[in-house]
Amino acid sequence: MAVESLLERSLLSVEYQTVSYVTGPLVFVENVHGVAYNEMVALLMPDGSERSGQVLEVAGNTAVIQVFEGTQGIDVDRTRIRFLEEVAKIDVSPELLGRILNGTGKPIDGGAPIIPEQRLDITGSPINPFSREQPADFIETGISAIDGLNTLVRGQKLPIFSGSGLPANELAAQIIRQARVISGEEFAIVFGAMGITHREAAYFMSQFETTGALERVVFFLNLADDPTVERILTPRCALTVAEYLAFEKGLQVLVVLSDMTNYCEALREVSTAREEVPGRRGYPGYMYTDLSTIYERAGRIKGNKGSVTQLPILTMPDDDITHPIPDLTGYITEGQIVLSRHLHRRGVYPPIDVLPCLSRLMNLGIGEGKTREDHRAVANQLYAAYAQGRDLRRLVAIVGEEALSDTDRRYLHFADAFEKHIIGQGESGRSIEQTLSIGWELMSELPMGELKRVRDFIDKYHPTAGEQAAAEKN
Amino acid sequence: MIVGTLAKITGPVVVADGMTGTKMYDVVRVGHAGLMGEVIRLEGDLATIQVYEDTSGLLIGEPVESTAGPLMLELGPGLLSSIYDGIQRPLPVIAEQTNSDFIARGTVVAALDHEKEWEFTPTVEVGQEVVAGDVLGTVPESATILHRVMVPPGLRGKVTKIVPAGSYTVKDVIVVLDGEHEIRMSQWWPVREGRPYVRKLDPTTPFLTGMRILDTFFPIALGGNAIIPGGFGTGKTVTQQSLAKWADVDIIIYVGCGERGNEMTEVLKEFPELEDPRTGNPLMERTVLVANTSNMPVAAREASIYTGVTLAEYYRDQGYSVAMMADSTSRWGEALREVSGRLEEMPGEEGYPAYLATRLAAFYERSGRVEALGSDKRVGSVTMVGAVSPPGGDMSEPMTQNSLRVSGAFWALDTSLAHRRHFPAISWTKSYTLFLGQVRTWFEEEVADDWAEVRERAMFILQKETELQEIVQLVGPDALPETEKIILEVARMLREDFLQQFAFDDVDAYCPPKKAYWLLKTVLGFYDQATQAMSRGVSLRQIMQLPLRDEIASLKTTPHEEALERMPKLVEQLADEIAGIEVL
Repeated sequence: MAVESLLERSLLSVEYQTVSYVTGPLVFVENVHGVAYNEMVALLMPDGSERSGQVLEVAGNTAVIQVFEGTQGIDVDRTRIRFLEEVAKIDVSPELLGRILNGTGKPIDGGAPIIPEQRLDITGSPINPFSREQPADFIETGISAIDGLNTLVRGQKLPIFSGSGLPANELAAQIIRQARVISGEEFAIVFGAMGITHREAAYFMSQFETTGALERVVFFLNLADDPTVERILTPRCALTVAEYLAFEKGLQVLVVLSDMTNYCEALREVSTAREEVPGRRGYPGYMYTDLSTIYERAGRIKGNKGSVTQLPILTMPDDDITHPIPDLTGYITEGQIVLSRHLHRRGVYPPIDVLPCLSRLMNLGIGEGKTREDHRAVANQLYAAYAQGRDLRRLVAIVGEEALSDTDRRYLHFADAFEKHIIGQGESGRSIEQTLSIGWELMSELPMGELKRVRDFIDKYHPTAGEQAAAEKN
Repeated sequence: MIVGTLAKITGPVVVADGMTGTKMYDVVRVGHAGLMGEVIRLEGDLATIQVYEDTSGLLIGEPVESTAGPLMLELGPGLLSSIYDGIQRPLPVIAEQTNSDFIARGTVVAALDHEKEWEFTPTVEVGQEVVAGDVLGTVPESATILHRVMVPPGLRGKVTKIVPAGSYTVKDVIVVLDGEHEIRMSQWWPVREGRPYVRKLDPTTPFLTGMRILDTFFPIALGGNAIIPGGFGTGKTVTQQSLAKWADVDIIIYVGCGERGNEMTEVLKEFPELEDPRTGNPLMERTVLVANTSNMPVAAREASIYTGVTLAEYYRDQGYSVAMMADSTSRWGEALREVSGRLEEMPGEEGYPAYLATRLAAFYERSGRVEALGSDKRVGSVTMVGAVSPPGGDMSEPMTQNSLRVSGAFWALDTSLAHRRHFPAISWTKSYTLFLGQVRTWFEEEVADDWAEVRERAMFILQKETELQEIVQLVGPDALPETEKIILEVARMLREDFLQQFAFDDVDAYCPPKKAYWLLKTVLGFYDQATQAMSRGVSLRQIMQLPLRDEIASLKTTPHEEALERMPKLVEQLADEIAGIEVL
């Protein structure tokens, strides 16, 4: 968005040497004139180095600046401040594909400088709800628990809720490797790494290299030891590039943001330093609004070929799904994929606990002509049967398996088989047909009368329907 | 005109200097870009302003201009089928004017189409005395809704001029009172103020939704209100959308307050395609959408539910029954909290401002069945259904608790039901309604004499199941006597064949109250016969093997007429077959 007011200011940029107060990531500057809210700032350090920051608040002639690279070494009398007369922007061009940038969008791979085609405000503007196109295209991720039960659709935002030590990155890498749409188009990947470790970054890098995906990836890298506050810009830079590639260049873009928990921590750090009234667990009261300005930057636009699909990853502190970060995320995103420590311990990969998972846009992307006519029914039946099997497990723990009826015992075994075969598929990918036929295979172990939700498709897809009917006759 | 200068900017809240003379809640234009804002605090000549648009790039010293009036809506023909943002700017017009798929700042657009001509038919004559609320003429706004052009509140007098029937725009003067008051087809009303009426009436007619669990177990009345709390993924939005599609009212106001963009798209795509079950016209023709998605400015989100309820009241005053869906009120509460935080107010519970309860009560009290202003004693109603999104699904949080205190029904969504894909995931143990006494007579007259009794019995069985399940959890199902096992089986039938309703099935999406009643009656009939048979020694297994049981399961997806015809016979047939089972 153009900032008209800024243009009216003199082209002479003034430097201020009036820092009055430094706390946490914040610097207060006095006697400033004509400073704009959210304006970018350069800080010239006493040792000659330069840092960047952004105006968080202006009151009279005092400006509060958040410094992205930390405030260490800033002093009150010698540090000079220069206001850059523009809000945070990033240079974009199609050449960004295949490049590695830092958290604020500067190349760090030693390659040629980027010749910008456009320079865009990273805050973006909300898509007019009227101009949005409804997401409708199935994305095959090759993972049964997602494709079969919580289908991802082009233009959706579907986060992965992970816990510390759970293989969320492996899952994300696998999705990046396998994801394709029926039309066969390849995804351009925009990867926003926030506060991930060198090891994790190296893992993704090697994954992209070995699969040859690197030339269609834009990699934003803010590592765990990089400045915390910089993380506030990283997802916005990533999404600005994603929107540019999707809506200006017509590409199908998949955005992976990892790890959103680190982003929220950074947000809290700034909020605390500003001495704002804290909300739940010390996170700022505006975190919902703030997160929505990230997550809502996904979707499709009428009359535009491109799309932005988001796959944010977050770590649930203490595996607690009611923690403010997963909670607020779940209220904005269109569903969630939840990883389970319990399954992970039992060696199931990917350890997706399907019961709390959800894809709100699933119905738009499945069914005849998209996946298969029985997809919805099969998913419902698998869900219902697995939930019942899980309930019975609790019961068995108390009364023992002998106390169960034959039908209940079959449900119990179904739950085990479900975890083993449908969820625990390992590293290999599966087509949606494979997923559905494994589903039918498992369902055929249940009594026919129990398959209420797939009744209409039994004749066509049930592997042993004929035999069972014959057996009953005899 | 009062023009001040910007003195402080923190996010969506700014402070302007030199604003002496402005009033609380006056609308102001901030900066050269003309961003719209509202005064929320006055201190000497300083005015604190919440801005409805993104404030990035604003400079200290830019002008702030007061419009000397509160946030007003333009009300008149053309509201129906519109899509507005939180402050009544039509989104399609914004897209067209700015030629962009994104929402640019500082866009000024008229809420109603000022060029469009409407067919106006006068209903008063020169010389007639009229009072506020009297109908001056009518405009066919859609195929079924006759827009009644009324004397705005506060005006009365003798008609000294009226235009003949014909085509006029909303800006044309159509009536002059006492030679001085010009009345046009559109009128303005401040959003934060309830529109006046003569008196509130007791709500007695049920608000039929077509959802069995709501209509039968937890009905509310036209003019009542209900809240739907539930954690994420429990189906608040699907429930709200179902209500908007099938509710038996004249007008729907759907407020997407801080919700997902893609969900609004779904409404925008579906509603024009779906048929109004009562009239056969596109559903959109009876709907006004207010869409302020979560990433649109927070202050406009705060205003959006007031925009919604003001639109609802305007049609109520014309004598229509209106339902307003607010999805979700928690986002509105959070907007309040965010602005309050920026004002550095002393926080109440969980950071919400201390006036949260007052604001909520004032909002929900704008629902009701009323006798509207005007001499013809029109009756209209506003029914409100507010979704609540409790953080972590914890219903003890302030938004849920404060909403509960002022709403008449509680439709609790249950995460564990949603996980096992029991939809609608409305809990029958936690939900309640306070309207039962008021609507009971209607059901007994329109549906069946024993409606209340049948409902009670079904509720009892479900209640009993919950108790029995606790025992089963401890000792296993085999420890129960046969008489209790049958309760578990019947409760399961009630859950699967009655309570579960598939919103995406053509037939099952809407269930008329009569069919719901007969479904219960059929299941209970089965229960009675089964207990009788068991008392003569028939085993539960024999009864459960009856093939007719499958037919009960398929009733809900059987077309209504056919099912209604079938069910009384089915009850008899079941009785015969069960009576015919021989004791082994």
